[in-house]
Amino acid sequence: MTTYAKGLKGLSLATIVTITVALALVFFYAPLDADQGFIQKIFYIHVPLAIVSLCGFILGGIFGIAHLRTGDRRYDMRSYVAIHMALIFGVGGLITGSIWAKASWGHWWVWNEPTLVSFLIVLLLFATYQPLRFSIEDPERQARYASVFAIVAGAFVPLNFIAVRLAQQFVHPRVLTLTGGNLPGPMRLTFLVSLAGAALLYATLWKYEMAAKDARMQLRRLRRSLVGEDAVAPLRRSAAPS
Amino acid sequence: MKTAIAILRKDLLLELRALETVPAMVLFSLVAFVIFHFALDRATLNGQLAAGVLTATLLLASMLAINRLFVAEREQGGFDAFLLAPVDRTALLLAKAAALYVYLVVLEVIAMPAFAVLLRPPSLGASLPGLVAVLALANLALSIVGTLVSAIAVQTRARDLIGPVIGLPLLIPALIGTARAIGPLLNSHASGAPPAKWLLILALYDVVFALLAYAVFDFLLED
Amino acid sequence: MRGVTRHFGERTALRELSVRVEAGTTLAVLGRNGAGKSTLLRILATLLRPHAGDTAVFGEPLPRRAFAVRSKVGLLAHEPLLYRDLSGRENLIYHARLRRIELARVEELLAAVGMQRRADDPVRLLSRGMVQRLAVCRAVLHAPELLLLDEPRANLDPAAAQLVEPLIGRASGRTRVITSHDPQAAVSEADLVLGLKDGHQEFLMRPVELKQDAINALYA
Repeated sequence: MTTYAKGLKGLSLATIVTITVALALVFFYAPLDADQGFIQKIFYIHVPLAIVSLCGFILGGIFGIAHLRTGDRRYDMRSYVAIHMALIFGVGGLITGSIWAKASWGHWWVWNEPTLVSFLIVLLLFATYQPLRFSIEDPERQARYASVFAIVAGAFVPLNFIAVRLAQQFVHPRVLTLTGGNLPGPMRLTFLVSLAGAALLYATLWKYEMAAKDARMQLRRLRRSLVGEDAVAPLRRSAAPS
Repeated sequence: MKTAIAILRKDLLLELRALETVPAMVLFSLVAFVIFHFALDRATLNGQLAAGVLTATLLLASMLAINRLFVAEREQGGFDAFLLAPVDRTALLLAKAAALYVYLVVLEVIAMPAFAVLLRPPSLGASLPGLVAVLALANLALSIVGTLVSAIAVQTRARDLIGPVIGLPLLIPALIGTARAIGPLLNSHASGAPPAKWLLILALYDVVFALLAYAVFDFLLED
Repeated sequence: MRGVTRHFGERTALRELSVRVEAGTTLAVLGRNGAGKSTLLRILATLLRPHAGDTAVFGEPLPRRAFAVRSKVGLLAHEPLLYRDLSGRENLIYHARLRRIELARVEELLAAVGMQRRADDPVRLLSRGMVQRLAVCRAVLHAPELLLLDEPRANLDPAAAQLVEPLIGRASGRTRVITSHDPQAAVSEADLVLGLKDGHQEFLMRPVELKQDAINALYA
């Protein structure tokens, strides 16, 4: 079993359990919001997705630093998967955020919610990660440039949030401040469990993808050493690290 | 440092000789002003609106320069020539960013009067010092991020596309800072001093990206 | 170089290359296009890092001491590495400034290769032979002890070749690594001959021991 597959079963189980508990809490335990009604509950999905996504981007940047410092290509793979996953979670966060906006303020998009706006900008930036990788053919260079991008973009995330927040005049009360929020008890519990669920889901999916890619690479290596260099068709130009 | 100056001299000489980048930027800006006039359909532009038009135009014009910044190096072996020399690699970053800064200043010297004439924002003359201060910082942001993005983009296949696509999101905080700082200056009753908060944000942005660029640039050049 | 290997993606450009060149001698590298000759030169020029093996130039290990090596190595590559819109003189002045060389040296070299008259014309207006002569100037501007020459006589007519001879030829007394598509010419001025095929080191021997069959095998 490769290193990534180790513990995967346990992790998956923990994830499923946590998510189930979270969903149960969301539907049965958390109180109904007085102003917004049932649809407010999407908050428990939207915010965890968004938070995990942002952490994923920063994680990608950290792996990028590790890659450039050590030259170990596996860090590049980890960075790629982290960013890739974070982007997916991010799109999910954006969509649920839009639904929440519609429910709360009547519009599918609002410009005076700074976190939503910053998030959009970050997603626009990271959406260029894969096209960037795809357009560099030499795998070594691709990995190196991707790491540079991951580092710059990862550092950009906090900077962007600060700038956008300062640019807004917010009319709407902030539900979540940096200190953890002014959520009443039952809501807080539900939120934290949902957050844990999202984080575990991210970790599990990350491991899954790493394990799959790792296995594929090992297979290619084995085939190459058994059958010879030329028998194994070269990988098509791709965005994924090899 | 001396190395950077040598490279800068060469780049400015090349630009003077070939005259590609700066005229294109100027022309683009002028056309953009005309387009904005028709798109917005007003006699004069006030305050934040004027600032927005100016900032957006500068940003997009700088993309033209960014796309061309390293092309000569890539196509005529300039990278190799530089890499063969026993010099600090970051000199290239410094030199190219400085060149971009110079192009932007030249652009602004021509575009600002044009802006005043075509779109008639009030009190442009009175707030000139404040404007210059903001643009000095904004140019720095554009130069640093532009050079970094250009260096990344020049090695890819979709060169002209990747540059703006990566650069523009990265520059949004700088855009916000610049536009918000200039906005109050172009109001009818402007005081002439740009809001300190936005100058600080621009400065912070410049510092962060300067450090980032300095840290990662070497990795873009090595093989 | 010992056991030097270099990949480009999944393709191996050089595999387990081991060769030792004495100072002041000439190594000729023969092989087809794509055999790895340019890669070899670029590694020695510190433009590429080897992925495996040890490389050292004048005792300085690469890539760790690349900075120190750069001032001692001159590369004459396929591309002249000159800016087409600048004149020959401006190009050389740029390189001189880059490497902190006296500008007088630029004039000296221009005279040596007979390019003073056309030195102020933009490079894009010059003939290939002239560009090659300028490229030679660029390569030897800093008087390097190791010359890496990728087909040095390409595009040069006999007269021009005579002019550059003292700069990059045997008479210069420098250590040289030459790649060439003309096996006879290369072998005649070499002290050691290296044959490459698909990145593989086929043979390494002195010219006297070299048989025509071995050379033909490289191009088969």
